[in-house]
Amino acid sequence: METAVSPAAPSPPSETPSVVELDNVTVRYGTNDALANVSARFARGAVGLLGPNGAGKSTMLKALLGFLAPSQGHMRVLGIDVAKDPLGIRARLGYMPESDAHIPGMNAVSFVAYCGELAGLPPVDAMQRSHEVLQYVGLGEARYRNVETYSTGMKQRIKLAQAIVHDPDLLFLDEPTNGMDPKGRDEMLELVRDLAHNKGVSLILSSHLLPDVEYTCDDVVIMKKARVTAQGPIAELKGPAGRTFELRIKGDLPGFMQVLHGEGMTLRETDEDVVRVFVPGSGDQKAIFDAAARFGVQIRHLRSSVQTLEQVFVKAVGED
Amino acid sequence: MSPIHDQSYRHYGGTKAAPGHAWAVIATAGLRTFLRRRAFLGIMLFALFPFIVRAVQLYIAANVAQASIIAAGPQTFRQFLEQQDFFVFVITVYVGAGLIANDRRANALQIYLSKPLMRTEYIFGKLAVLVVFLLSVTLVPAILLLLLKIVFDGSFAFLRANLFLIPAIVVASLLQVLLASFTMLALSSLSKSARFVGILYVGITFFTSAIYGALYAITGTSRVSWVSIGANLTQVVDVIFRQPPRYATPWQVSLLVIIGLVAVSLSILERRVRGVEVVT
Repeated sequence: METAVSPAAPSPPSETPSVVELDNVTVRYGTNDALANVSARFARGAVGLLGPNGAGKSTMLKALLGFLAPSQGHMRVLGIDVAKDPLGIRARLGYMPESDAHIPGMNAVSFVAYCGELAGLPPVDAMQRSHEVLQYVGLGEARYRNVETYSTGMKQRIKLAQAIVHDPDLLFLDEPTNGMDPKGRDEMLELVRDLAHNKGVSLILSSHLLPDVEYTCDDVVIMKKARVTAQGPIAELKGPAGRTFELRIKGDLPGFMQVLHGEGMTLRETDEDVVRVFVPGSGDQKAIFDAAARFGVQIRHLRSSVQTLEQVFVKAVGED
Repeated sequence: MSPIHDQSYRHYGGTKAAPGHAWAVIATAGLRTFLRRRAFLGIMLFALFPFIVRAVQLYIAANVAQASIIAAGPQTFRQFLEQQDFFVFVITVYVGAGLIANDRRANALQIYLSKPLMRTEYIFGKLAVLVVFLLSVTLVPAILLLLLKIVFDGSFAFLRANLFLIPAIVVASLLQVLLASFTMLALSSLSKSARFVGILYVGITFFTSAIYGALYAITGTSRVSWVSIGANLTQVVDVIFRQPPRYATPWQVSLLVIIGLVAVSLSILERRVRGVEVVT
């Protein structure tokens, strides 16, 4: 194997300070496990929650909010036990649901202010914050319009506004770019990135869109079929220190592969005659040339190959 | 401090109330929503009409000796609350049908319940909207009528002779209002269409009365009045006002049916008001 990602349930890293912790959590819908013995740690900052549809991402967020009671396991959010003080958690949390959601019969500024009041803000402060966050999410001009007349992109923005009006410490964003046009999507990702990296708001971004997660997040938790299959900093998951090369040679390929393996390199054959070679440490390609010279084969093709989050994801969910 | 004012996202430095007050926020927003509607204000004003008529009756009875035939007794207050049944019905349908149904249509429950409030707070806030409006056309005018009676008579003699009237008005009004409110709120949680909920409530009210009418015609006895929601309420309120009961059904049975309806409504609300709808 050339990657740090294991398809088996990984043990959560415990040395980093985490805002959300799940220990052996199982959530059942009837007889189906929506979360099966899940253990995970979400570090401070921006963490992507990746997985195909039905993997259990939204279920995990809803369980953390206290909407769903786990049949076993423990969950802590911001150091608070979800089972013991769900209100204490929700007071410090903002949630942007996946589906369209608003309070009927209100314009945007009233809706967001109302959400602020529900979160405990005094009415005057809630109204002031409402104007501020609507300006921030780009709805300043449309804030007196009834929310029901909003486009899909505007509805996504107002869901973000209601989630941040009370200045939460932690944000749960469930598919925040769903249904948005490319420009709106870029703007939404900028907002998410700004909140996490410049405003000090920790967030969990649930998405099946890898570029969204890769652009906004530093860490990732990958799920498949109700289980966590990989987790950790994206940079680490992409691979350990070293470099990966695509290699094609003229000569005895199996023999040369044994030589490289003997030098401590990791190899994987792909299609046709191309081999992926991971060179640990400084990742210098000179080691490959030296081995080729000694073994007497000719290198016809050598190209540096950078592992993407997509490759990490594909390995983690077991698709190829 | 930066010399440039930050107009982007800023952290909040003010105070936040401890959890437990969100029901008042929900109730206040709901009351404001309806008080802004002219049609609703028209209904509320129209609901004051019986109160004005009764107030005039009390004034004339107290000041014109020949008008003793219309002098008010304990039954006057019972009759007044019965007259208000119509307005309770109209306001319940107008206000209550959409209280939860509209939130379900707009997926608002997950917004509400992601804030620091419990499901009971949400239900209590919604219930408060309906209860406040209904009490303002039952309990409030009935108590005002009692005060007017004292003022117009210029003595407490009537009140002293009928001291049970104060608890009777309070209990009867609350029974009437809470039965309507819980039933409607439970129905409202069952659908995403306020119109459908309104029709359902009207249907149930008239259907149970029609069933009773048919059974009465067949059996010739009013012992089966417990099948009618309205008849059960009438039976119990008659007893509260020390009036002879109108139906042969024991009032305890009618009270049990009312308590059962409220219990069923609470059970429905407990199942339907959730942050996530689980379909298995």
